[in-house]
Amino acid sequence: MTLASWKSGPVVQLGWTVSDELLCIQEDGSVLIYDLFGSFKRHFSMGQEVVQTQVLEAKVFHSPYGTGVAIVTGSSRFTLATNIDDLKLRRLPEVPGLQGKPSCWVVLTQDRQTKVLLSNGLDLYIVDNTSCTAVVPPGLSPQAGSVVHMSVSFSYKYLALFTDSGHLWTGTSNLFTCLSVCLPVCLCIYQPLYLSLCLTRCRRPKSQQPSVVLMWDRLLLVAGVCNDTIQFPLEDPCVLIGELDGVRIISSTNQELLQEVPLVCQDIFKIASMAPGALLLEAHREYEKLSQKADEYLREIKEQSMLGEAVKQCVEAAGHEYDTNTQKSLMRAASFGKCFLTDFSPDQFVSTCRELRVLNSVRESSVGLPLTHAQFKQMTVQVLIDRLVYRQFYPLAIEICRYLKIPDYQGVSRVLKHWASCKVQQKDLSDEAIARAVCVKVGDSPGVSYSDIAARAYECGRTELAIKLLDFEARSGEQVPLLLKMKRSQLALSKAVESGDTDLVYTVVSYLKNEMNRGDFFMTLRNQPVALSLYRQFCKLQEQETLKDLYNQDDDHQELANYYVTASYKEKRLESRLSLLQSAVDEYNKAKNEFAAKATEDEMRLLRFQRKLDDEKGAGLLGLSLQVGTGVVLVLKSLAEKEEWEELEKFSKSKKSPIGYLAFVEVCMKCNNKYEAKKYVSKVTPEQKVKAHLAVSDLEGAADAAIERRNEAEMGAVLSRCSASDRLVIDRLNRARAGAAKK
Amino acid sequence: MAAHLSYGRVNLNILREAARKELREFLDKCAGSKAIVWDEYLTGPFGLIAQYSLLKEHEVEKMFTLKSGRLPSADVKNIIFFVRPRLELMDIIAENVFRCHHSSRDFHILFVPRRSMLCEQRLKEQGVLGSFINIDEYILDLIPYDGDLLSMEYESAFRECYLENDQTSLYHTAKGLMTLQALYGTIPQIYGKGDCARHVANMMLRMKREFAGTQNQILPVFDTLLLLDRNVDLLTPLATQLTYEGLIDEIYGINNGYVKLPPEKFAQKKQGEASKDLPTEPKKLQLNSAEELYAEIRDKNFNAVGAALSKKAKIISAAFEERHNAKTVGEIKQFVSQLPHMQAARSSLANHTSIAELIKDITTSEAFFDNLTVEQEFMTGVDTDKVNTYIEDCIAQKDPLIKILRLVCMQSVCNNGLKQKVLDYYKREILQTYGYEHILTLNNLEKGGLLKPQTSSRNNYPTIRKTLKLWMEDANEQNPNDISYVYSGYAPLSIRLTQVLARPGWRSIEEVLKMLPGPHFEERQQLPSGLHKKRQQGENRTTLVFFLGGVTYAEIAALRFLSQMEDSGMEYIIATTKLVNGTTWIKSLMDRIPPSCF
Repeated sequence: MTLASWKSGPVVQLGWTVSDELLCIQEDGSVLIYDLFGSFKRHFSMGQEVVQTQVLEAKVFHSPYGTGVAIVTGSSRFTLATNIDDLKLRRLPEVPGLQGKPSCWVVLTQDRQTKVLLSNGLDLYIVDNTSCTAVVPPGLSPQAGSVVHMSVSFSYKYLALFTDSGHLWTGTSNLFTCLSVCLPVCLCIYQPLYLSLCLTRCRRPKSQQPSVVLMWDRLLLVAGVCNDTIQFPLEDPCVLIGELDGVRIISSTNQELLQEVPLVCQDIFKIASMAPGALLLEAHREYEKLSQKADEYLREIKEQSMLGEAVKQCVEAAGHEYDTNTQKSLMRAASFGKCFLTDFSPDQFVSTCRELRVLNSVRESSVGLPLTHAQFKQMTVQVLIDRLVYRQFYPLAIEICRYLKIPDYQGVSRVLKHWASCKVQQKDLSDEAIARAVCVKVGDSPGVSYSDIAARAYECGRTELAIKLLDFEARSGEQVPLLLKMKRSQLALSKAVESGDTDLVYTVVSYLKNEMNRGDFFMTLRNQPVALSLYRQFCKLQEQETLKDLYNQDDDHQELANYYVTASYKEKRLESRLSLLQSAVDEYNKAKNEFAAKATEDEMRLLRFQRKLDDEKGAGLLGLSLQVGTGVVLVLKSLAEKEEWEELEKFSKSKKSPIGYLAFVEVCMKCNNKYEAKKYVSKVTPEQKVKAHLAVSDLEGAADAAIERRNEAEMGAVLSRCSASDRLVIDRLNRARAGAAKK
Repeated sequence: MAAHLSYGRVNLNILREAARKELREFLDKCAGSKAIVWDEYLTGPFGLIAQYSLLKEHEVEKMFTLKSGRLPSADVKNIIFFVRPRLELMDIIAENVFRCHHSSRDFHILFVPRRSMLCEQRLKEQGVLGSFINIDEYILDLIPYDGDLLSMEYESAFRECYLENDQTSLYHTAKGLMTLQALYGTIPQIYGKGDCARHVANMMLRMKREFAGTQNQILPVFDTLLLLDRNVDLLTPLATQLTYEGLIDEIYGINNGYVKLPPEKFAQKKQGEASKDLPTEPKKLQLNSAEELYAEIRDKNFNAVGAALSKKAKIISAAFEERHNAKTVGEIKQFVSQLPHMQAARSSLANHTSIAELIKDITTSEAFFDNLTVEQEFMTGVDTDKVNTYIEDCIAQKDPLIKILRLVCMQSVCNNGLKQKVLDYYKREILQTYGYEHILTLNNLEKGGLLKPQTSSRNNYPTIRKTLKLWMEDANEQNPNDISYVYSGYAPLSIRLTQVLARPGWRSIEEVLKMLPGPHFEERQQLPSGLHKKRQQGENRTTLVFFLGGVTYAEIAALRFLSQMEDSGMEYIIATTKLVNGTTWIKSLMDRIPPSCF
């Protein structure tokens, strides 16, 4: 228990979350969350407009989504948050005619929808996300007056309404069915303080019927659907809390649970009961007294073939009992009966034994969790362990996990995790001591993440401790995010590399890139080859320029040269391409890759040559893609230079030349082999015929071609090459030109 | 639909079902009608996990291909992006989302095979991360391909590992193997050869340590895992595969279990109808062991396929003839009940006869024969140290570059590197004929070790060949007695290593292992007590062979052959980063520069 003086604003409502946190809803709409020990955890707000309008009333409710908060504001509007751990505020539609707060209201959860039921004067409304609908509970006459109290059952299945004229309406919470309307206390003119619904079993076994518990100043009244009432006087002022299977009555000094006696307990303990369970209990008592009556009772049960049933009853009843002696005698009786049965499954017996031991230990006043068996079943062991953990009963929680043989993952590990997160906050211990203590206790329990614990330590401002704890983390990947957060980026990088997860490495690298100056960044990468090559990959796709710097830094001339080659192909202009290729040549030379350097030089020469051909000859190569032309021309050149004329001819015949055959002619002539050159003249395209003939100095042929094509310019070109000795040719050409001009 | 996955020794359908379940769960997370926007690369692999019908059942109404610009219009509640975690794709997604004006749309991303912080960071920078309701990962590392075959369909694995020192694919491999172990039990023994294999094994052991305490309680299905680096055996993928399936892949390319074939041979010739309108769409066929006939012939040497087909043809026509013998109503009824099966068999036979004809046209060509002769000369070590005239001729004729590269690389591998002079000659020839830009590709091949100058004077390939019996003079193609039938003489090195490991063990070939690149190792993974298998007498052991960097169909055929050998005592399941052949493999190593124009 902790006491704290309240320093914040006025609180409208207190409540507990499903994970045992205290919610304090303030008038201005802010909600503060504290843990069980009163330390502040976090806060959230129910919306900005509430600051102005103020919260008039608030309720904390539980839904399948978690813990929710509902408020009604000064402007008579409702706002809901169905799960405070995943906060989404929903403002409900306006309620017609509502001024201030309604006279009473509840939050209902039905079909995964959360609604508000409210009473305003004589009207009842249901408000959901989209609409506000007036409702009339079936069976409740208008004369009954206005509803002044309402209560919904733990399961949201049933609803009770109490009117100012003293009528009590009970029905299903969807308001479709009315179970009863009664005037329980006609005398009662003043309103009950509390109205609470609880489920009890009616006479018909297994069918659960609701009954309503009403409380006045000093009187508690239980009203069932059959118009029966039971009254209890009260000594102290109390508070009622509806639970799964009863109503808890809390006064300033003690707490009690009001619950209908479970049927099976009634059967066994009813006076003069002849139920098989009752007989078995009796038989065992006699047996302990060493009386032969034990045998008689047993025979009686066995004659009815009810021994199995009897054992079951005893086991079940034991589950519902609180007194350990009663539990024991019932279980002993069951065990005794079991001896006379051959194939009876012991499962229920064993599990009940275990559960009772657990329940008894948490019911101890030092622990203070007075759970019923049904509640325990509903909440599951996992939740019970959580509850113990929230209360910091770590040893007990671990004991229970081990006793119930819960897999470590869901059991012991979870407790240890919580323990460790709590331990790291202990201010009076040194980092060293805490780290050691955590390591000794947690060891390598599965499912305990040291990085989570370390994160907690970091949150509490203990960075050194966090780093120490991270060292214990086996999964290097898990260490990375926290290390980055703590600005231990170098360490983060090596851990990321260690994990083998390249995405993680990328993440750290991109983080480092933003954190560090370029020089340091590159230096860091240099020490981590894996990271470096990944970063190169990244740059290849995203930042070509950086790639160059990286290679430069590493003096990786070969890659640098390749880089320039790639870049050269992106250049459209010849000059820039050549200059990039020249850089490539330099780098290849530095890399001592003579072959590549020479090949690149050849490529450059070729580019220039091609350009020259284009410029000089006009047609030829310009339209062709460089790639196609390049190789062939080089081949031609080399063949001609080596005077491999046969090879050249073979080459010309092997395939249709992609650059035409003029190049063949030229290449031969360059090596002064007119004979070979003439072989290819006939193969050139008509457009190039004249040029080809001229190249081999065959003026007649050139003239013929030009005349045939009736091309004045070409004729002119031939004429210009003619000397005086070529009289015949000149005459022919002149005639042809004259003929062409006439037309 | 996927029954063929469960026929084998290991029921790989479990893996497929697990993958399907996860997919359904994700789809159901996005309530309402959906449209999927696909990273195109993923559609093929996904087809092996789920057909459109499954998606449709979960309200997937539209499918688009991811491309920049605006999303096509679709009247759906959810838009789901199925993508690989790549930055360039994130930019496209951001653009798609940014230019979508429907405010009521819900966006989701499913990363395959793994979420990436880097990508999420990118989306954040682009200002769209908040637009996504669900960002999830779909862990699809190993995709079941056939009853004994798993592939990651990670095309660039070899290139990334050996050229770029990027081990992303190995991380996925290790993760995939962990998933596999979660479903099929811890694999007690791990063997490996090569740097990447070592890296994967290290990661696996590390990941196992990280999950210390959560013991896997499944009885192990696999006895052994063998991890093999592709660069341990660079030779095999370069050789032309000579099994039926291998040839289909070499000639037409098998993609995600489908092949596209020229349609002419498949024209339905109906009686009385002139076959003048030939189909123009390629014929698409699914190839896997679900088809009885295909399962029978896929792994045969192509020279044995003809005989198998004609035998099958006889059986089928005999079965159809049975109808004349059917006299009683009962007999006719029985005949009719078998009809669908027989008709399926007949159409399957027709298909494969057509395919075999198509292939035969090629394998009987002179070019194919010449190429094969040279390959076999190299593999047997004939004149590997000189410039080969056939290659020269091919270059001069400007045959496809990849063919040239395959041959040159093969010569280099079979000679443990080429003399500088020879190497430079080939390189110069290639650059001059095919264009200077291929200098980058040549660099890549050198970096990957496929092409290299001879450094030591000694060529150790003949030793390897002799010790591992890589060349079998009298390979029996019809009734094989050795794995060498898959290449008509050459026994794939990788498979020999696998075979020797099973018996008599690698200790017998220590010397050769040292000649091959990378370390070889053995690791044991402790099994929880009680999970140690009690082996029945004569019960086979199961080995998972994982090829890091790709595997060919011929190698798979060789492993299947070993599984079937009566005295081998070993069943093999095959896993790989990608199914490759020489062409696709070399292609993945090429640097293609878009042709520029002035």
